[in-house]
Parts: sequence; structure tokens; C-alpha cells
Amino acid sequence: MITDFAKKILSTEAKKVATRTAYGDTITALGETNKNIVALDCDLSKSTMTATFAKKFPDRFFNFGIAEADMMSAAAGLATTGKIPFASTFAVFATKRAADQISSSIAYPHLNVKICATHAGISVGEDGATHQAIEDVAIMRAIPGIVVLSPCDATETKKVIETVVEYNGPCYVRLTRTNIPVLFNDSYNFKIGKGIKIMEGTKATLISTGFMTHIAFEAAKKLEEQGIEVDFINMASIKPIDEELIIESAKKTKVVITVEDHNVIGGLGSAVCELLSEKLPTKVIRLGVQDKFGASGETYELINAYGFGEESIINTVKSVI
Amino acid sequence: MDSLKKEMLQKKAAEIRVDIMEMLCEAGSGHPGGSLSIADIFAYLYFSGELKLDPKNPLMKDRDRVILSKGHACPVLYSTLIEKGYIDRFNLKTLRKFGSILQGHPDMKKVPGVDMSTGSLGQGLSVGVGMALGLRLDNSPANIFVIIGDGESEEGQIWEAAMAAAHYKLGNIIGILDKNGLQIDGFTKDIMNSEPIADKWRAFGWKVIEISAHNFDEIENAIGKAKEFKDGPVMIIANSVKGKGVSFMENQCGWHGKTPNPEERDKAISELTGALKK
Repeated sequence: MITDFAKKILSTEAKKVATRTAYGDTITALGETNKNIVALDCDLSKSTMTATFAKKFPDRFFNFGIAEADMMSAAAGLATTGKIPFASTFAVFATKRAADQISSSIAYPHLNVKICATHAGISVGEDGATHQAIEDVAIMRAIPGIVVLSPCDATETKKVIETVVEYNGPCYVRLTRTNIPVLFNDSYNFKIGKGIKIMEGTKATLISTGFMTHIAFEAAKKLEEQGIEVDFINMASIKPIDEELIIESAKKTKVVITVEDHNVIGGLGSAVCELLSEKLPTKVIRLGVQDKFGASGETYELINAYGFGEESIINTVKSVI
Repeated sequence: MDSLKKEMLQKKAAEIRVDIMEMLCEAGSGHPGGSLSIADIFAYLYFSGELKLDPKNPLMKDRDRVILSKGHACPVLYSTLIEKGYIDRFNLKTLRKFGSILQGHPDMKKVPGVDMSTGSLGQGLSVGVGMALGLRLDNSPANIFVIIGDGESEEGQIWEAAMAAAHYKLGNIIGILDKNGLQIDGFTKDIMNSEPIADKWRAFGWKVIEISAHNFDEIENAIGKAKEFKDGPVMIIANSVKGKGVSFMENQCGWHGKTPNPEERDKAISELTGALKK
């Protein structure tokens, strides 16, 4: 059943917004009062939605052309002058082409750069494998000192962006392309290192992040209708992860299922396994991309075909309880 | 430049080179060749009075910035910062040792006066572009000096940054290309020929000034002109001798990443101090 806490923060409106859109809107709103905010992009501003910021604050927007390495190091340079750079491009290019720049220029000196990468996961859809980041969380998580956040809807994205502006240090925010339901209302407060329990149950712990939360939520509700109640947790903060919440739930349910639009190697599932194997050995099943490249197709069609859609989640939970 | 100033700079450059030898001999690993090739330029940057810097206030607002993009040449930077009083002399003996602030490549979080952590080649000029944009937004008069290598210029990111600096007409960036003609595996012309390098920078929209990296009059003239030119970025191509000042290291590929033993150190130091007395 829905937790009392979740009842207060769940949205009652049926609205669909892409997290990238919420990102563009939020940095623009914050940019009104915080003049240190600058936005950087690599010729994808209309897709990452930094174009919203660029339109309002042309002097504080810098397009680097199709040159991701240059943009990331330049973001580091801007941060040394006291600016708060939001550097955006697709997650594939941000984290793979510019991995060294993020590591050496941004993370090693712990500079205050916010890498907000969009079009993460196979949920990108039609563009296919070369444009679908399935390793980005793994790469960012492995670099010391980077906070890795993966908001699940427009509200959480807004709160995440408001939080990273106040946080001093490098952050990776994983955003997605497709319009998805707005799950939370504005009273929701995000904290780095904290997840939220949306449903309470005893049969299993279901943890999802980012794009997958609205799908996992539907699965959890359908399971409840069938009399199978699970702890359902949304984990936007992948690094640092909410250890307390996960351990407390795993202690109760004895089995954990993670769901992410990412390779099962190195993402949320891995983070949960790392935690539990050290502190509370528990069976974990990782749903997500099973170590293969993505493909072209429609968003939900792909997620179902890759075996981590609503039906797969329901069947997996049933198979382990 | 008057002879008094020139003598002072020559003395500082020699002291920096001596420190480099001491430091590398003690460390037992590190990069002498590319440190010695830019020692005169570092002496000029920090001791001519040309740059706005304050060792007592290393993070001073509107200070000029120095980015050593070819970070492996950090012995020259560390020696200069020691000579200038940013860091205490005892650090000289700690280079590359566990617990030292003097890491194998520069760490801005550990060393006062280091404006950017570098090491992975090709990134410093892009960082300079970001600093230049940020400082320009604040109407800062500061200039950003970025020292890159000719081997380093084989990195594609250098040219991404070259494009961006020209595109944004960053008149506050002054690049210094330490053109010593050598890289780890051999002569740059044999490993990956980047000539005609001056034409490349011009084609990318930069003003180019070519000088000898070991002639203080030419260094002064070039930096003066570069500071005056505000319409866009300037690249000073500094033709240098790798290992400059130590006869047996000069123009020798093998001295890129090999350190002197105590006899070699003593020989180098006696050459450097001897040249100063002449």
C-alpha cells in the first residue's frame, strides 16, 4: 500500500513531461536570481533543453559546437572563476567521449560543475544503440567524488537541480528524452543520499530509478491488486545511495529487485549489490539491460523487449516470493 | 630590456633550473627535458613583474592565471613557486613522494599558486577557454597564460579549444607553445609531424608571434604585444631547446622522462652556475 509519506507527495494531476524539459525550465528559473549559473552545450541545446536558458540569458550560455571534451574542460575553467556551469549533451557523449575530461579536469580538482546529460538509456528509442547511454552511471559512479543522480519525473528533476546548485562539487544528473508521468507534487523534497519509499509491503523490495520508476510503480500497484505487497523505493540518489533505507527494507523482505534503464553492470543494481553484499547479504535480482547494446525502436517496445518492462517486473517479483 | 633586469631574470632562470635538477635527482623520476625548455619563460612570467600575482594571496581576485597544460613539466612550476615564495623550500625534496603536496603532475588543491590541475594532455587550453569566458563575464582584467607542448598539440582537444577561443574572440588568452621538437618516442617531426604549426594556429583564427624561448627580449616583446591585442587569442610559439641549460640533456630525447643521478646533477648544477658567472 502507498505509504503515508508518499500520499502527501504524490501528484494527483495526470500530466506528462520529459525530465529534460523540467531541467531546462529549472535552470532558467534559477538563473533569474543566481547570476553565477551558466549553461554549456554541444550543439544539442534544443534537445537537452538548455536552449530555454540560452533564450533567456544569451550572455551566460556557451555553445561549444560538437566538441564534448572541450566543453567539459571549459566547464572546469568556468567553475574556477566562481561560476556554476551546467554542461549538457547526450549522456553517451558526455560520459564516454569526455570521460577523461570529467575525471581529470572536473572530478580530480573537485570543481563545481553540474553535468546534466539527457537522452540516457535505451528509452531514447529510435536513434538506436550509438545514442543510448547504458554505461553512463557505471562510468560516473567509478570516478571519485562525483554525485550521481537520476530523477524519475519532472518534479524530482526540479528538486534535484535546485539541490545541486546549492551543493559545492561535481554532480552527474541523468535525464531522459521521453515524456513521462509527473509522479510527485511540489511538496516533495529531494535530498542527496536519500531515496523515498512509495509503497510498503513485506514480500519483496523493489527499487527503481530514473525513467523506470513510473513503470515500476505501475507494476507494484498491479502486484498489490493481486495481493502481493512490496516495498517500492524510488532511488534518485545512486551515489551516494540511501544505505539505511535499503538495508532496513532488505532486512524485512529478504529479497531485492532493482530496475534501471541501464546496463545491469555498474548501475543501480550493482550499487545495491555492493551495499548488501558487504552489510546484509541478500538475494538481489537486477533488471535492466543485460550487458548488450540497445537498438532502434519505440521506447516502451524496447524496454519490454529487453526484459525490464512492467510485465517483466511483475513476473520477476512473483518468481522470487 | 635593460641589462639589470635581464641579469636578474637570467639568475632566476638559472636558480629555477638548479632547483629542477635538485628536485628530480631526489625524486628519482620525473621530467627534466620539458621543464628546462620553459624555465626562461617561467622566470619571465613570475619575476618580470608583468603578471599580476601575489604569493601571499594566491587566490587573489583578478590575478593573472597560469595553466601548465603540459603538466609533466611541473618541476619548473614547483621550482618557480618555491623561488617566488608560494611554497616553502623544504617541499623541493618531497617531489613525487607519498604525502607530498608536489604530486607527479600539478594538483591545484594541494599547491598554492597552481591555477589548474593538469596531467592528462590536451585539456589545459580548454580550461583556459572556460576561465577566459568566466573572467570576461565578470569584466576582469586578468589574462590567462596557457603553456602547451608541441607533442601535446597532437591531441585533438587542443584544436577544439583553438576553435572555441577564436570563436569567442577571447582576447584574454595568451597561449605559449613550448616548441622543443621532441616527445617521448623521438623527434616530433618523426612521430607525428604537426608542421607547419604557426600556419595551423593562424588558420584557426589566432594571432601568432614566433620567438626564441630563451631570449628575454623576445619573450618580453611577445608577451607585451599579446597583452595589448584584445581582439582574440594569441599564441606565442616559443622555439625552445629541450633540456636547455644542461649540455648533456639538450635536444636529447632520452632526457624527457629520465632523472639525473647525483653525479649528473652536480655536473648540471656546476654548468648552470658556471654559465651565470660568465
